[in-house]
Amino acid sequence: MAALETLAPADEAEARAMVAEARAAGRTLAIVGAGSKGAVGHRIEADRALTSTGLSGIVEYNPEELVIVARAGTPLADIEVALAENHQALMFEPADWGPLLGSDAGQTIGGIAATNLSGPRRILAGAARDALLGVRFVNGRGEAISNGGRVMKNVTGLDLVKLMAGSWGALGLITEVAFKVLPRPETEVTLVIDGADAAEAARLMARAMGTSAEVSAASHLPANVSGLALGGAHAGRPATLLRLEGFAASVAERAARLAGLLETGRDVAELDAAASRRAWTAVRNVRPFADGGTGPVWRISVAPMAGPAVVAAILDKAQGQAFHDWQGGLIWLRLDGDDPRAALVRGAVAANGGGHALLVRASETARADTDVFHPEPAPVAALSGKIRAALDPDGVFDTGRRPFGPARDAA
Amino acid sequence: MNEIAFLEPDPGIIARRGEIVDGLAALVTDECLIADARELVPFETDAFTAYRRVPLAVVLPDTTDEVAAVLKFCAERGVPVVPRGAGTSLAGGAIPQEDAVVIGVSRMNRILDVDHANRTATVQAGVTNLSISDHVAADGFFYAPDPSSQLACTIAGNIGMNSGGAHCLKYGVTTNNLLGAKVVLLDGTVIELGGKALDAPGLDLPGLMCGSEGQLGIVTEATVRLLAKPEGARPVLFGFDSSQVAGDCVSEIIGAGIIPVAIEFMDKPAIEICEAFAKAGYPLDVEALLIIEVEGSEAEMDDMLGRIVAIARKHGVASIKESQSATQAAQIWKGRKSAFGATGRIADYICMDGTVPLGQLSYVLRETYAIIERYGLRVANVFHAGDGNMHPLILYDVNDPSEAEKAEAAGMDILKLCVDAGGCLTGEHGVGVEKRDLMLHQFNEADLNQQMAVRAAFDPDWILNPSKVFPLAFERRGAS
Repeated sequence: MAALETLAPADEAEARAMVAEARAAGRTLAIVGAGSKGAVGHRIEADRALTSTGLSGIVEYNPEELVIVARAGTPLADIEVALAENHQALMFEPADWGPLLGSDAGQTIGGIAATNLSGPRRILAGAARDALLGVRFVNGRGEAISNGGRVMKNVTGLDLVKLMAGSWGALGLITEVAFKVLPRPETEVTLVIDGADAAEAARLMARAMGTSAEVSAASHLPANVSGLALGGAHAGRPATLLRLEGFAASVAERAARLAGLLETGRDVAELDAAASRRAWTAVRNVRPFADGGTGPVWRISVAPMAGPAVVAAILDKAQGQAFHDWQGGLIWLRLDGDDPRAALVRGAVAANGGGHALLVRASETARADTDVFHPEPAPVAALSGKIRAALDPDGVFDTGRRPFGPARDAA
Repeated sequence: MNEIAFLEPDPGIIARRGEIVDGLAALVTDECLIADARELVPFETDAFTAYRRVPLAVVLPDTTDEVAAVLKFCAERGVPVVPRGAGTSLAGGAIPQEDAVVIGVSRMNRILDVDHANRTATVQAGVTNLSISDHVAADGFFYAPDPSSQLACTIAGNIGMNSGGAHCLKYGVTTNNLLGAKVVLLDGTVIELGGKALDAPGLDLPGLMCGSEGQLGIVTEATVRLLAKPEGARPVLFGFDSSQVAGDCVSEIIGAGIIPVAIEFMDKPAIEICEAFAKAGYPLDVEALLIIEVEGSEAEMDDMLGRIVAIARKHGVASIKESQSATQAAQIWKGRKSAFGATGRIADYICMDGTVPLGQLSYVLRETYAIIERYGLRVANVFHAGDGNMHPLILYDVNDPSEAEKAEAAGMDILKLCVDAGGCLTGEHGVGVEKRDLMLHQFNEADLNQQMAVRAAFDPDWILNPSKVFPLAFERRGAS
């Protein structure tokens, strides 16, 4: 990818012209933002890269309207600063996989939208796709398309915003996004339950999420991972984390209530706001597995209660480490060696109620032999193909990355 | 009056009616098929009652397989299909046409699985919205989207229109609470999308289904998120001497970092109508009323209300009334949720559903009154101030054709106003037939063509719910 000539349109009109020209010339374009997730997916084979980074800047932001509109190439960091100045935030807590993937390129707000990247608060506040209210994008015909808007409730026409969220650049170049924002919580604390195994942790997290305490994040770190996320104090001991956020008095009251309700029979420590933020940043950004290598790391999404069984089935037959976010349903799994063991991983998912597994990191050779994104069943894959054709009939953005579609051997 | 047009019924299909009904009879049991002229009448419209079209036949299948067989049968013969939930659409989304077969999911109303630990419920799509919350209430859970029609409306219809309700500010609308769906495609293929995991792989097809108004496929099962019920909830009434001040107060509450679970607005005519009907204890001596609901423990609610009351006082609030009991709280919400029904008792009305950015609420409200005055009509405003979703109820006399025409014209002007203020035509009711011809006010041709190309990926021949959402000129172009 690095060797590709990069087109960096300065505005939407230029982006349209570049896409139209590529289409006419039969060239393919690989859509990129800052490039921090370029190593995810199958090897990109394209004639040019088309980057959003020239389309930068906040277009409209009135804090009392709870919406921010920005050009897609705006650095996420700029958005976060602008929001923080007004005590607001993107509630889905965008993750940063840069450290995991060995990239310090930073991220764009368009890249967050295009990959539907959400952090721990997703279990309470929704995903990036839930906060994405509107997009403008350039489709494979070189047309500028507007969909959604900048209001929270909108059912005017087909919701193409959802299609663009998580499309990984396969449907069009997002040029502008509108995200819902909310007041950032005044403070936070995290309860750390010591010593529960994964199955007990799943039950505890389910019970916590079933209370009215408004737990905003729930994670389980086994003994061989907890030190990597929490530092020395918890190293070598399984830790189950429950976060509470809001106004200080409310957080204190809910923390006490929750600790009482759970009856863990275990030691429960409390992380103060600063320690809590550090812990959840580590979970969100997969810090425990940001080892500078390219060994296989999976992101597995299943029903929360299925998490422990999926991990057990995999680690019964392969060496590695895993931890859980999203009440147990989001599994981060690092396998030793170079083999991603896709059949083992996806077999474990299928055998435990279904879900999907994305090979976020692996060596280039390993990725070449694996379905990086979860293969779709034939009828869904057929539909995805038709939808792609509806947005990009000539395959201008078809770069072999294959973020959706059938298994390779079925293609 | 400028009648909303439907696609011309295909006389060839109508001529083959007997043959089509016989074919359907072979696919489903007798009690699932309605073909008798009198029995078809209840299906001629939905809650947008100004327009009526009796369908060719109605099928109310019991199983996904039956839906698949019927859909495939109709598609192969080019017979239009109008999917139907409970028929509560305010936008005409379920109004059939003379050459169409209605496929209704109302008999598929079983709750299949409730999973407290994963906080999901899997239901057949004909289950009513409220019955899910009722089913899990004893265990401390609820299903969040709460459209006013929740007693009757189905999850299938909620998905079709991406239904919201009064508590969206905190809990979102249908799309934010749907985890998975079983969908029957036009050729009878059944696909399963998502499940109990918090995200689904590939393109977000569950998200695309929400708000697709029955034009992509028929949803027969859904897996929805359940949420833990808050410890307590307390709605409080704030009366103001002007709508403008009430609007400013909402802006400042949100600006202060306070997000109540609901902020509902009513103007004087709406207050009077709802109070006469529900005896909710609304103040009658104010120009505008905010119902602000907070949630949490007693201490949390006291804390948050303290902050809200301080802001309201700063804006010179005329009256504050807290609900003193669960009964009073229910009364307050009953008044609000019966706004449409109560209005229907005193006059005919059409209900608009535009959404505007929060900063534009006061301006749009002012302009709404100006438009209504220009047409010499009356209006009652109830809306979700927290999310900008406005519901002006334009009152008129259905027996006076000139008033009906004026009401419709005023409604269209108000929706254009919403779009021009940076909002949209419909927040939660859907486009249906009602707002179809305004789509070009919000979108340009390329935008609409793109949406229709995606629709065509599912239904290239425009079999599913024709005459809806897209201007007819576009539909004809698409079908040709």
